[in-house]
Amino acid sequence: MAGKVSRIIRFLPGIFLLFLFLFQAPVAQCEPEHEQAQDQKFNPGELIMHHIKDAHDWHIITWRGHPVSVPLPIIIYSEDRGFSTFMSSNFEHGHADYDGYRLVHEKIIAVDKSGNIDEAATARLWDFSITKNVVGLFESVIIILLIFLLVAKSYKTRVGQAPKGLQLLMEPIIIFVRDDIAKMAIGPKYERYLPYLLTIFFFIWINNMLGLIPIFPGGANVTGNVAIPLVMASFTFVITTVIGNRNYWQHIFWMPGIPTAVKPLLLVIELMGVFVKPAVLVVRLFANIMAGHIVILVFICLIFIFGEKSMIGGYSVSVASVAFSVFLNFLELLVGAIQAYVFTLLSAIYFGLATQEAH
Amino acid sequence: MDLITPDIGLLFWMLVSFTIVLVILRKLAWKPILSALNERETTIKISLGEARKAREDLVVIKTQNEELVRETQNERDEILKLARDTKNSIVSEAKVKAKEEADKILRQARDEINNEKKAAIEELKSQVATLSIEIAEKILKTELKEENKQKALISTLLEEVRLN
Repeated sequence: MAGKVSRIIRFLPGIFLLFLFLFQAPVAQCEPEHEQAQDQKFNPGELIMHHIKDAHDWHIITWRGHPVSVPLPIIIYSEDRGFSTFMSSNFEHGHADYDGYRLVHEKIIAVDKSGNIDEAATARLWDFSITKNVVGLFESVIIILLIFLLVAKSYKTRVGQAPKGLQLLMEPIIIFVRDDIAKMAIGPKYERYLPYLLTIFFFIWINNMLGLIPIFPGGANVTGNVAIPLVMASFTFVITTVIGNRNYWQHIFWMPGIPTAVKPLLLVIELMGVFVKPAVLVVRLFANIMAGHIVILVFICLIFIFGEKSMIGGYSVSVASVAFSVFLNFLELLVGAIQAYVFTLLSAIYFGLATQEAH
Repeated sequence: MDLITPDIGLLFWMLVSFTIVLVILRKLAWKPILSALNERETTIKISLGEARKAREDLVVIKTQNEELVRETQNERDEILKLARDTKNSIVSEAKVKAKEEADKILRQARDEINNEKKAAIEELKSQVATLSIEIAEKILKTELKEENKQKALISTLLEEVRLN
């Protein structure tokens, strides 16, 4: 049962994303069969996909052919073998099996004693590892909590005084979310949803910005991973469904004011819309952020593609590449804020629609 | 498809983290921040209203003040005018009185002088009369000691009477 549910969860966004990622298929196909490719030719596809996807250790640099990375804890629950926890360094970057598990393309699979892949055990494997994205997520959680608890503290200690410092930095943004997102989209009953809207706005924005930091403590592609927006969109979906009033459901199931013959047709469309709305939130955020990461990396990769052919080529392309990736970084800063805004605004609009009274 | 199939682990940790963040921020950050913002906004709104009211009051007070000053000035002018008038009337009255008094004194003095003069003249007249009689007596006594002289006189007197 649980497997079935998880398969549905896995494929729900996939259906909506499939068409979107068809054009990226060649990139994905460029992936080499094994990481040993790093010894051979430079493979931009592999490098980019490696960065975009989640990993069980945090790769920092490859020094003289040896990857240097921060090991992360692996937490696996197998329905056959129970829990097992160990550090990802035990896998030796996929070169070794540990405790009956093997790391293949950042997927943990179960193996038996003689080293054969155990398909049945793999299917019943739950990987709750603290992966790179989970660490990135925890970092952002700490940063967000730190920022806003500090800001809240200064509101308590500086009653009746003008805002200052971090409080002054955050206040206009909080007011922006309140006035230009919540109040505008929901109307007079906005206050109930404001804490959620503020949380998703800052959660997405701060994660987007952290993702742009190129080296270790930052740079995890958190919001560019489908799971993160999926959870937030699910929250929006659940809230919208729970708060939906009579008027909202009436417009979905039996649209008033149109010929009865058309009503069943609209019912299908509207019901689909109920699920498409949050799915669109997922796609927009994750595709935007991931695409941003890919484009920046492509420009950086260009240097090495040309550098492989000739030293001069690499250096001369680097000027344009660096200029472009700087530009794209700025663009991504903008996109990061815009995506946070759009996600929050659309969530607010859905809440507004669900609570709208008949007019 | 790897990219668009969410890992159960990340989903789980995200659900846990996001719920925790949402709950903590909701209770410990958004609540105090939003209430402080609301409070500040109402305070500002009230203060602005009060400031406007104070400004309006000030205008009223100012006009009242001006009126008061004007009134006071008028009153002062009136009082001054009255004082001046009073002074003038007192002075002129005093002048008239003084003149009357002086005239009266003069008249009295003149009357008295006249009276005294009359009295003095009367006195003088009577004195002269007495003196004249006494002198005449003495002259007569000395002249008429001898008989012949008495006769001579009578004869002269008679002479005179005859002549007349």
